[in-house]
Amino acid sequence: MGSYLPGTRDEQQSMLKAVGLEKLEDLFTDVPAQVLLKDSVRIPAGLSEMQAREEMERLAAKNTVFGTILRGAGAYDHYIPAIVSSVTGKEEFLTTYTPYQAEISQGVLQSIFEYQTMISELTGMDVSNASLYDGASAAGEGVMMTLTRKRERVLVAATVHPEVLNTIRTYCWGRGVPFDVLPEKDGKLDLDALNSLPEDTACVYLQHPNFYGLFEEAEKAAERIHQAGAKAVMGVYPISLGLFKSPGEMGYDIAVGEGQPLGLPLSWGGPYLGFMTAKKDMMRSLPGRIVGETTDHQGRRAFVLTLQAREQHIRREKASSNVCTNQALCAMTASAYLAAMGPEGMREVASLCYEGAHYFADELARIKGFGRTHTGEFFNEFMTGCPMDVRAFEKEMARRGILCGLTLGDRLLWCVTEKLDKGKIDHVISVIREVCGL
Amino acid sequence: MKLLFERSVPGRRTFILPGSSFPKREVPEQLKRKAAPHLPELSEVEISRHYTELAKQAFGVNSGFYPLGSCTMKYNPRVNEAAAALPGFARIHPLQPKDTVQGCLEVIEQARKLLCEITGMDDMTFQPAAGAHGEYAGLLLIKKYHESRGDSKRTRVIVPDSAHGTNPASAAMAGFTVTTVPSDEDGCVDLEALKAALDDTVAGLMLTNPNTVGIFDRNILEITRLVHEAGGLNYYDGANLNAIMGWVRPGDMGFDVIHLNLHKTFSTPHGGGGPGAGPVGCKKLLMDFLPSSSIGSRVFEGEMPHTLGQIRAFYGNFLVVVRALTYILTLGREGIAQASGMAVLNANYLMRRVRGAFTPAFDRICMHEFVLTLEDVKKETGVSALDVAKTLLDHGMHPPTMYFPLIVHEALMVEPTETESRETLDGAAEVFIRIREMIGKEPEKLHLSPLTTPIGRPDEVGAARNPRVRYEFSE
Repeated sequence: MGSYLPGTRDEQQSMLKAVGLEKLEDLFTDVPAQVLLKDSVRIPAGLSEMQAREEMERLAAKNTVFGTILRGAGAYDHYIPAIVSSVTGKEEFLTTYTPYQAEISQGVLQSIFEYQTMISELTGMDVSNASLYDGASAAGEGVMMTLTRKRERVLVAATVHPEVLNTIRTYCWGRGVPFDVLPEKDGKLDLDALNSLPEDTACVYLQHPNFYGLFEEAEKAAERIHQAGAKAVMGVYPISLGLFKSPGEMGYDIAVGEGQPLGLPLSWGGPYLGFMTAKKDMMRSLPGRIVGETTDHQGRRAFVLTLQAREQHIRREKASSNVCTNQALCAMTASAYLAAMGPEGMREVASLCYEGAHYFADELARIKGFGRTHTGEFFNEFMTGCPMDVRAFEKEMARRGILCGLTLGDRLLWCVTEKLDKGKIDHVISVIREVCGL
Repeated sequence: MKLLFERSVPGRRTFILPGSSFPKREVPEQLKRKAAPHLPELSEVEISRHYTELAKQAFGVNSGFYPLGSCTMKYNPRVNEAAAALPGFARIHPLQPKDTVQGCLEVIEQARKLLCEITGMDDMTFQPAAGAHGEYAGLLLIKKYHESRGDSKRTRVIVPDSAHGTNPASAAMAGFTVTTVPSDEDGCVDLEALKAALDDTVAGLMLTNPNTVGIFDRNILEITRLVHEAGGLNYYDGANLNAIMGWVRPGDMGFDVIHLNLHKTFSTPHGGGGPGAGPVGCKKLLMDFLPSSSIGSRVFEGEMPHTLGQIRAFYGNFLVVVRALTYILTLGREGIAQASGMAVLNANYLMRRVRGAFTPAFDRICMHEFVLTLEDVKKETGVSALDVAKTLLDHGMHPPTMYFPLIVHEALMVEPTETESRETLDGAAEVFIRIREMIGKEPEKLHLSPLTTPIGRPDEVGAARNPRVRYEFSE
């Protein structure tokens, strides 16, 4: 059995004696006798470190690690610079907690301040919080921020990622506020749906590029949302922002998104990073931690957790959110990623995704049955038909080491990242031809 | 310390990606970003040194004693990190076909079974990302349960005044109104106050046991019975599970739903404030309502017609679950109980050693943590809990949680955890005693502390009044 207890049996005895007791059981006399466990819990006996590691390796080996991934849909296989894990692996960062004691936590606080700055810059917004759980819960929190006494209806475009849409639906059901889905047309939010918004509309949430990979008519949408007196909230794919217009440039009030593409591994869905930025006037409605700059008594620059009057430990049931633990180390990951990429690197990665996806779409379109199902502009994801049974296609591709596009009904939602160069894509195309018997 | 942006030099960069091998493609003008983001322009060596500098100004469990009450800052075993880094976990897409993720599913299944057994629950979801997120999910389960029975009157959640702030905040997010009940003189639930608060509008009670003053509520069976009799459900806040695992199970105490903090009780690292994981366990009556993943359901749970929906994407902070599973497998049935036993012994030992210097708020056997009150010290000398906490910084240890729970004045909440040695506890006790002596001799000195840290006490009022929450670039 493994154990991380430094105390020896003798020490345990002498410490018990020091508190006037004989055995560990004596510490649990407040527990009613009828529920105090007579035997140990029914789980296996402990393992040595070596055995535990072997067991975890056995489990990991039962999964398939794909060398080629053409699937996105909310989780993206981007290249992670080597410096990123070296930063976040530092034990001082890994093993610390929320920086309540500013005097010994300047390193963590400064890194969050830097994160807030970079994510604000990337999204073209004024302010950011310190992080949320993931993109979907950030979307839920984002729409909650916009609720007022008179306006409490939340509208979400049908083209939003289904996991995000359903998360927002849950958050609305929880709060007891109305939730509606706005219809799509040709794979994009139907702008006509924004012409006569109900008077109690608090916000409209849309995703850009949307679940099908298409760019929405986001600027027009924001104008109409604002004309109706509602807030415009956008979910955004951070990598696209190296090349494409930011939510700030397009007039959005709040931007949220999944930060996983910024240096976090796929990890079967988590831990990821929910980011949230907003225009300055919404700063005091932000959920979760925020770090601010100040000075100490000697006038030295200092960073602290700030605007805490919004938070649960002060405001309790009146807090802007219940968030306490967030995804701090994932935010630091994103910071290290953005620092390593810099403005030029972010432009490059967005460009490689964009060019690669369009090259792949063009090559796919030459194979009968793989034409795109939409005509709109896209970033690095797009949907096609499939000339054979999609499940059989997926299986055959997987057998050849390729995770193909996500199967949705009889269609495929493809994704290309910078990890695929022309040679690799040409190879994928030849494998697809082979699988389809061409 | 310079900020990343202050180190930036135009044109400097880190080379990560290859050039394009594709035909050139221009972005349509109306979609194109106009102004590039101000991101730092740095070489790799500068980034590396920057974060090494920052790490020197951070204090983790590996830096020293970290008795932060309510947070269970125990050692984070390295083998857990090795397991989480395995490519067979880290490089798995959440929407891979089911037959290619059998290992992930087995991790969840093993963790579910082990944690259900440890907590006395029937089922568990791993979707919640943190403790508060788990509270939220658990309360939504309760909401869904009452809704499913057409019992629409139940809009209130009872929370003791000693509760974590997340409890009432989560209840509000789940659409409940909060009824706060006072604690009795032991810091436990006041049974009469509870009875008075119970009626057919109560959806449930949220409770942590041991409570936030570190005492196991002896009346727990009575409390949960009363709530059940009134038609409500009992929610267990698992923040303090490290006191009791292997000794008593929340399920046996009458709780219907529970969240765990894997980053507290099950040794996964806190990461400067996350990621954690807040899995939610429940009894049979709530199983049908557990959260689901909408696209992921076909690879994972299958159809769940009565689910409350989802509260985030996919299945949760999976790599945190990998770490926690590694930990549980390592400790096993004896190790789990021993860890809690030693956590409780360490707390009692340290409390006994500092008792001459400072006043325990409740002078009796405690569980995994204890609360000191400095109300008397403050009155006599003007030295506050904050002053003592800041002075502890000069002695190389992380201070306890300050000013919590709210029911204790000038509170310092101390949770040593089981992974600290007797020498560490003795050393910490001596520091407390020395500080008490300082207070007697030169109380004013404590107002100036800390003196040895990179910065002194920051101006927090100024920070909130005039918020600067990002670097401003000069154009």
